[in-house]
Amino acid sequence: MTTLRFDLRDPPPGAAVLRAEVRAFLAGHAPGWTPEVRARSWMGFDRDFSRAVGARGWIGMCWPKHYGGAERSFLERNIVLEEMLAAGAPVGAHWIGDRQSGPLILRLGTEAQREKFLPRIASGDFAFCIGLSEPDSGSDLASLRTRADRVDGGWKLNGRKIWTTFGHLCDWMIALVRTSPAPEGGSKHQGLSQVLVDLKAPGVTIRPIRDLVGEQGFNEITFDDVLLPEDALVGQEGAGWAQATSELAFERSGPDRYLSSHPLLEAGRDALREDAAAAPALGREVARLWTLRAMSTAVAGMLQDGADPVRQAALVKDLGNDFEQALPGAMRALMDTDAMPEEMRRMHAYLTQITPTFSLRGGTREIMRGIIARELGLR
Amino acid sequence: MDATIGAELADQVARALSGVADVATLRALEAGAFPDAAWSALDGLGLATALVPEAQGGAGLGLADVVPLLEALGHAGAPVPLAEGIGAAALLAAAGIAPPDGVLTFAAAGAPVPWGRHAAHVALVDGARVALHAAGSLRWTEAANIAREPRDTPAPAGVPIAEGTLPNVWGHDAARALTAVIRSAQIAGALQAALALAVEHARTRKQFGRPIGAFQAVQQQLAVFAAEASAASVAAAAAARAADARGLAEAAFEIGCAKVAGGEAAAKGAAVAHQVLAAMGITEEHALHHLTRRLWSWREEGGSERFWAARIGTIVQGAQGPLWGFLTSRDQEPAA
Ligand SMILES: Cc1cc2nc3c(=O)[nH]c(=O)nc-3n(C[C@H](O)[C@H](O)[C@H](O)COP(=O)(O)OP(=O)(O)OC[C@H]3O[C@@H](n4cnc5c(N)ncnc54)[C@H](O)[C@@H]3O)c2cc1C
Repeated sequence: MTTLRFDLRDPPPGAAVLRAEVRAFLAGHAPGWTPEVRARSWMGFDRDFSRAVGARGWIGMCWPKHYGGAERSFLERNIVLEEMLAAGAPVGAHWIGDRQSGPLILRLGTEAQREKFLPRIASGDFAFCIGLSEPDSGSDLASLRTRADRVDGGWKLNGRKIWTTFGHLCDWMIALVRTSPAPEGGSKHQGLSQVLVDLKAPGVTIRPIRDLVGEQGFNEITFDDVLLPEDALVGQEGAGWAQATSELAFERSGPDRYLSSHPLLEAGRDALREDAAAAPALGREVARLWTLRAMSTAVAGMLQDGADPVRQAALVKDLGNDFEQALPGAMRALMDTDAMPEEMRRMHAYLTQITPTFSLRGGTREIMRGIIARELGLR
Repeated sequence: MDATIGAELADQVARALSGVADVATLRALEAGAFPDAAWSALDGLGLATALVPEAQGGAGLGLADVVPLLEALGHAGAPVPLAEGIGAAALLAAAGIAPPDGVLTFAAAGAPVPWGRHAAHVALVDGARVALHAAGSLRWTEAANIAREPRDTPAPAGVPIAEGTLPNVWGHDAARALTAVIRSAQIAGALQAALALAVEHARTRKQFGRPIGAFQAVQQQLAVFAAEASAASVAAAAAARAADARGLAEAAFEIGCAKVAGGEAAAKGAAVAHQVLAAMGITEEHALHHLTRRLWSWREEGGSERFWAARIGTIVQGAQGPLWGFLTSRDQEPAA
């Protein structure tokens, strides 16, 4: 058994300046955010805000300038992400494009795909969603059944995706679909491909699903003979599984896996400033936060170095989800909800209902722990 | 800090201890015998002055450089007081006192002295004052922590051999803070050792016709353990870097965070390890028995989770502006 390595990283040069720029920018927008918006974290969708972020060069920051990027480092990007989440900014409209879809297109897309999509993701104009889960395929994702069949000039898409966050608000989906049957007796991971789906295309039906807070957070999206052009394919036909799983370290290790409840901790600290008896419990949460931040930053550094810390990412996600999920309970243990200041009470109420999702989205707790167990040599 | 130095030192310690520090060594130690073989194996490496500045004849390393070494010691159950000696030498040198050879230890004045009865010299730290005593000149009351490691109390001392004052950056709680860093790193090392034992057991112990590690309930517990062990290790390393950059006093926040992370990981890891090893881990013939009692002991020393959490809480309650601003203000941006 080898212990997972986490090499600590110093902040990149210019970190403090960049942080100050982001903070000044956020201060201009923050007055418009209700407690619910801040509690929603990266599940808050606001296109105008995303366009403003894009105008500052903070979407697709690490991409080549030619594609609308800013050629900044991964650790610099990490600073922007941290600041946005810590402030509870509604980053949802560009979060997926910046975190996953854009990097995928940059890495594996054709030149035409890069030219078409990347600048518009970076400007905040194109919002992307993730089409993985299906009614019968969740953790066992490779069992998915949505299929794209070759037709003249492209593909014909049939099937159904579910739990698609912001599907009703987004422009594009990158879907993992079956493009050829799994080989007889072979692995079901073969024959899968990633395709770009225009959500306005004929044959796409989007049905809203209300979540615990009563909002239309996600959707069921049905495809009935949706025609996709030839160039809808991203990367290699049949290599979809490997492509999708190679994004996982990016998807799972970021500050969005431990800062989802952060604005509540800020409010709690403010409300409990004078309460000496609350110091140990507050300090405990802060110690945990500090540790997670060191771990997550270490993974960002490894990604910057071109390593593939997919197992470290699973580990940080699991620890981080536990932390952000338990935070409302920790605050409630310090203060009766009716004694909380209104801002805090509203964030607490919102987060109480939304925190169960933290250890589901992006792969469940049990799946993360299974990945760690495999690393330990137990599976 | 150069990561390869740390790894090399850790390697040296692990190699020196192999064969001279096993369960029998720890049992003998707990029965009162000083592990001479382990001590001579390590003493020859000249690690005791690792933190002493080069100008004073030491290696001039930082705490971050020695964290891996401290982890390696913890991995072996810290059978000898090398960590205490490294800490004491650092304190003495900072106070302008040449560290003596031989078994050396330190403690805050009034606190139990680790390994006191076995030491030749003791550095007692009272606020910023450091006093070097010959151990034989003190009257000792022997006691032990729950790992049965010697934790002895000296009677109010006679005349010290030498006295000095710590520079301001060491603060007025340097012995506790330094102990906290050392124990955090040792906890991280002991957790790795306990995790390895538990994983090995899960892979080899068979029940119901298969290795118990094939049961998902066992796998998931061990995954939690592994995550906690990683957190403890990262936190110890990060605290040491903060202490190197700003001095112990100004790194109290980070040191406290590391001690909280280590203490919580110690509790969770020990619980999982005992569950997975079941009866086997309880017997004193098994290494786990010695590791978990050290985990429970070390989390108390240099300040418990509660102690440090309270201090961290007080710091953040008093911090100006957003908590997040406070946290990030502690980042160490390298000079351009
Ligand atoms: C808020 C939210 C947003 C989401 N957004 C998206 C999105 O945008 N796009 C998208 O594609 N999906 C999205 N999802 C779906 C998410 O990826 C799935 O919920 C997740 O992968 C789990 O699948 P499932 O819900 O079908 O649960 P299942 O896989 O059916 O699991 C049910 C339970 O069984 C456990 N379980 C399953 N298999 C195992 C196993 N092998 N060992 C142990 N336990 C197991 C699980 O851990 C879980 O506790 C979102 C989910 C949420 C909650």
